[in-house]
Amino acid sequence: MNMVDQFDLECRDVVKTFGQFKAVDKVSLTIPPGSFFSILGPSGCGKTTLLRMLAGFIEPTAGDILIKGKSVLGVAPNRRPVNMVFQHLALFPMMNVAQNVAYGLRRRGVDRATIDKKVAETLARVGLPDSGPKQIHQLSGGQKQRIAIARCLVLEPAVLLLDEPLGALDLKLREHMKVELKQLQHEIGTTFVYITHDQSEALVMSDQVAVMNAGRFEQVGTPQELYYKPDTPFVAGFVGESNRWQGTLETIADGQAIIRLDSGGVIYTDPEQVANISHGVGQRMDVFVRPEAITITAKGQDGPAAAPGVNAMQGRVENLLFNGAASSVQLRETTTGHEMNVALPQTGAFAGLRNGDELDLSWSAGQTKCFAVTKTGAASASASAEAVA
Amino acid sequence: MKNTSGSVAGGGLKLGVLLMATPLLLWLVLLVILPHLDLLMVSLRERISYGKYAFSFANYIEFFTEPLYWNTYVRTATMSILATALTLVIGFPISYYIAKVMRGRGKSVLFLMCLIPFWVSELVRTFGWMILLRESGVISHFLQWAGLVDGPVEMLYNDVTIMVGLVYTSMLFMVVPLVSVLDSLDDSLIEAGYDLGGNAFTVTRDIVIPHAMPGIASGCIVVFMLTLGNYLTPNLLGGKSSLWFTEQIYTQFITRFNWESGSAFGFLLLVLSSLIVWLGLKLSRQTLSDTVG
Repeated sequence: MNMVDQFDLECRDVVKTFGQFKAVDKVSLTIPPGSFFSILGPSGCGKTTLLRMLAGFIEPTAGDILIKGKSVLGVAPNRRPVNMVFQHLALFPMMNVAQNVAYGLRRRGVDRATIDKKVAETLARVGLPDSGPKQIHQLSGGQKQRIAIARCLVLEPAVLLLDEPLGALDLKLREHMKVELKQLQHEIGTTFVYITHDQSEALVMSDQVAVMNAGRFEQVGTPQELYYKPDTPFVAGFVGESNRWQGTLETIADGQAIIRLDSGGVIYTDPEQVANISHGVGQRMDVFVRPEAITITAKGQDGPAAAPGVNAMQGRVENLLFNGAASSVQLRETTTGHEMNVALPQTGAFAGLRNGDELDLSWSAGQTKCFAVTKTGAASASASAEAVA
Repeated sequence: MKNTSGSVAGGGLKLGVLLMATPLLLWLVLLVILPHLDLLMVSLRERISYGKYAFSFANYIEFFTEPLYWNTYVRTATMSILATALTLVIGFPISYYIAKVMRGRGKSVLFLMCLIPFWVSELVRTFGWMILLRESGVISHFLQWAGLVDGPVEMLYNDVTIMVGLVYTSMLFMVVPLVSVLDSLDDSLIEAGYDLGGNAFTVTRDIVIPHAMPGIASGCIVVFMLTLGNYLTPNLLGGKSSLWFTEQIYTQFITRFNWESGSAFGFLLLVLSSLIVWLGLKLSRQTLSDTVG
């Protein structure tokens, strides 16, 4: 058994160009068997093009795609051991549920008795054992979802491709289906490749997430890695919420680095954050701080500002965004006038907060994420963060 | 119009509906129902002497006892069904190409190219075919010039030519409903068909055709009725040997001045087309409302 066989799916420097436009630019990935792999990116980032290349509807301009260690270049979609759950599911309205699920088996020339048995098994596995004779329009949104997956699973594909299948569902059902999809994948153990622009879907369900932007993979990692250790400013801005500034690296001393912000004030960060930046002092930086990393205290209660390596600011409440556990508050920093977004603690300690109240803000230097400014990175990160917001 | 119990508003509404429906009702009663009732009455009488008529089935009996009549009748029906089938077989790939393969500008250009021949009258189009196909026509001359034949070739006045003319005349009426029904087919259904292991044949059979069935049925009904009732094309391209049933009706009315017999033939043609359309809908498991709606 060589190395290649360990992966259900592998892409090597896959490129797809449409005329002058590079939709997918040298993407490489490896997906081990039985994992839930998501490709997360804003619309137009090339993720659908990539998925369609995996399914075989588009041929890559360059590079290689291997399924179970075998190249599938030039193999038509109907001969690839992958199946796809389409964005709008594409269930066949001219057939009933059982016929939809049986469709792929019939194409393979499986005999009638085996088909009936497998269809019944698969319908039971997705929790809809009695729905066989139903028409597609009689199913609810969530049931259609499960039938679309059953229709693929019955063929026992090496990889199941899912093209934002939760997009058309309402919020409540979407939350429910996220959990259900993850459980289903866990039970059956088929490799799922899931593309989405919704970070919550990707983070909740996946073992591995690839963040894609402008045709390239920005970072591939576990949801935790993406959230806590983003590699690029784009990932920091796209995955989760962030307060964002630009500034210049001023000094590195006494176990902390100081960045002077363009809009005034300084922010402390860990030296290791700026250790691999080539220019050293004077380098332009993108600075990210998560709203949930910031601790708030009522004004003047104790002085965290005095502690070394701790960022301290004061802010005035401009807008309360109450949303249960995900509540946050928009502040204006008193001295510099920055707008900041800070998560509210869920203890109810700040239940009485009003617009205009003043708060002390603090976070440790290690919570400040910094990236050297690249010409395109910062611009696209803020643009797509807006698109997501 | 005694509306004693109804309110003023109710009366007004009824009057409004009545006024709106008037043109339709007039059209139906004056141009469809009355002529057909008259046709039926005329067909069911026999002229006894000058200005004297009696009820009789003589005209219908004559139709069934005279082989020429019912042979023409059966031949017209068979040829029309064949022409409809041919139009469908040729029109379906064209429509699929326009609706599913072409994108943007090319799509409208192709669609327009189907439409352009219909800017001139059927008569002119048919004469166009005659210019091409007659003994002294373009194709005959070309074949002689190329040395493929020795003398002039007559390609008019046979069944193949009639069929070509009928299919050509009907094509648009098949392509329009097919393009619109295929346009409404979601591309991802076709892709899903391939993704799940289907090939061009099975995807067409299991997904495209079932989806297109209402369009196929409505296209076929229109083409069949137009073909069955066509007079010009069989007459010009088929000449004396065309033996089309509408020509029989024409002969009865105009040449023989036998309105009774002509009416009976007209009525029989109506029965024939209704019967075949009904049969076609039954066989394809479509309903008329699906097809029209």
